[in-house]
Amino acid sequence: MGSNSLHVLKGINFSVEEGELVAIMGSSGSGKSTLLNILGMLDVLDEGSYTLDGVPIKNLNETKAAQYRNKFLGFVFQSFNLINYKSAMENVALPLYYQKVGRKERQEKALKYLEQVGLREWADHLPSELSGGQKQRVAIARAMAAEPKVLLADEPTGALDSTTSYEVMDLIQKINDAGNTILIVTHEPDIADMCKRIVHLKDGVIVEDKKITQVRASQYV
Amino acid sequence: MRFIFDSNTWQEIFGSIGKNRTRTIITVVGVLWGIFIYIALSGAAKGMDNGFEKIFESVAKNSMFVWAQNTSMPYEGFKTGRPLQLKLDDATLLENRIPEIQYIAPRNVRGVFGDSPGVIVRGQKTGSYAVYGDFPVYTKIATKKIYDGGRFINDEDIAEARKVCVIGERTQKELFEKDENPIGGYIRIDNIFFQVVGVHKFSPGGGFDNDGDIFIPFSTYKKLYNTGNDVGWFSIAAYDDVDVIKVEENVKAILKSTHKVHPDDERAFGSFNIGEMFNRISGFAKGLTFLSLVVGIATILAGVIGIGNILLISVKERTKEIGVRRALGATPREVRSQIILESVFLTMIAGVMGIILGAGVLSLINKMTQGIDFPYANPTVPIPYVLGALGIMVILGTLIGLIPAQRAVSIKPIDALREE
Repeated sequence: MGSNSLHVLKGINFSVEEGELVAIMGSSGSGKSTLLNILGMLDVLDEGSYTLDGVPIKNLNETKAAQYRNKFLGFVFQSFNLINYKSAMENVALPLYYQKVGRKERQEKALKYLEQVGLREWADHLPSELSGGQKQRVAIARAMAAEPKVLLADEPTGALDSTTSYEVMDLIQKINDAGNTILIVTHEPDIADMCKRIVHLKDGVIVEDKKITQVRASQYV
Repeated sequence: MRFIFDSNTWQEIFGSIGKNRTRTIITVVGVLWGIFIYIALSGAAKGMDNGFEKIFESVAKNSMFVWAQNTSMPYEGFKTGRPLQLKLDDATLLENRIPEIQYIAPRNVRGVFGDSPGVIVRGQKTGSYAVYGDFPVYTKIATKKIYDGGRFINDEDIAEARKVCVIGERTQKELFEKDENPIGGYIRIDNIFFQVVGVHKFSPGGGFDNDGDIFIPFSTYKKLYNTGNDVGWFSIAAYDDVDVIKVEENVKAILKSTHKVHPDDERAFGSFNIGEMFNRISGFAKGLTFLSLVVGIATILAGVIGIGNILLISVKERTKEIGVRRALGATPREVRSQIILESVFLTMIAGVMGIILGAGVLSLINKMTQGIDFPYANPTVPIPYVLGALGIMVILGTLIGLIPAQRAVSIKPIDALREE
């Protein structure tokens, strides 16, 4: 791993304002996931600069990166990545645990965010007892629980049918309406249309960056 | 340090350990077995040691018996096979010639070595018991506990050849009524009246001792059975810091020269060296203790390695989970500490359970061997040893936990989260 370097991104220059809802689109291999990983400090850039909320992100050691991720970023994955032996509430509370938040407060916050995604009564259920859409909503609640600056979603609807996808998008739009900055990687045009801005990547460069009129997901639900 | 006492940490650890119960239990059993073996084995060895110790507690540990047999070599005109007889003078001679001897007690007995025991009569009750002719010094070599109100034979008894006797517990039971005080009572030993001056408590293990033994003054015995200055055997105790085997050789050499026996005649005098016996047996028990230590530590080590192995597999299985945790903000330090704590916690639980189980088995063995005639008493493992074993386990658990912990930290979150 890593011994043969491959330049995936070949000059990306873009910035995201607070409160934006950006879709990053592109065919597979276009570099959209790599871009998201760099933004998420899961991967490192070899050239260029990345500034998050005025903080230059570079030369981070693992500990520092973990702390920044915890403070600044919330992740939503295609395959949910919930911890399967923890209940929905415990999953949501996990980032707060790493913020050294006390147990009581953690649980209260977790329940609050589960309430927001409409899964309060599922708080004690294990991920295996939830449907795909529910799992993704738990994952979103978990990403929100740490109150991050940016929410990064990697194909959040990739493993969901279209009805459920729209439900999840509806939730994401509502979170965005509340003022949160969200980046979504997707290759589905209808999902991208529900964002406020679409960035098209091809072979590691931005080929198109346009603001669009948002399609509300609620009309499909 | 705060990390260890944080209830949240433990919640996380219980969560991940409890996830796979079967595996956790099997893992724990490995270490549990190790410490159990250690506790049970070393406790058993200690019990054996204590048991032997108890057998010898009534006898001076550096003591021996010497008795006369028949010669097996012709010497100075005497033919082979001549029967030898120890005399009272020999005692004085030995005591004068060998400074290492602390006490020497000439003894005689009837009813032990094939001859007929004394017939004891009291009113309508009769019985036959071994009758010993003894000097007071005998109690210095083999402790004879005398029940309250009584005494052993004293020097006056010897000087005046008093007709007094010390009887055994069984003798008392068989000749006296239950609530009767035997002290001052009279019994007939081979038709001569003797006054009872003491009852001795039977302590098992001192060779051919018996709870029915009757002790009378040596001088009285001599008159009663017409034995003159003959002595059955000598009980000899050497000083604590001398080599008993050397003393044994000296005693025999002197006896040979006074009795005109060929110096190389090994069969003329018999002896039994308790000191040597004791050393051999306690050496055996020590060896057993050492063996149990080695076996126990080896088994614990195997168990701990098992824990490390399982955690390594578990880390591999949980690659994704660890990746998620890292993405959510777990620092490498937190991930590492969690895995190590899991390891230490499992080891500790296993250790404590093993110790409890081992202690249980030891107490069970103790109960079972209580009544029977087996050299076993009070099987214990000293607390520092137990704590030491536990400490070693915690250290081993930490060290072995480092391997999977390092593995967990080396997982990059991006690799862990990458879709297949």
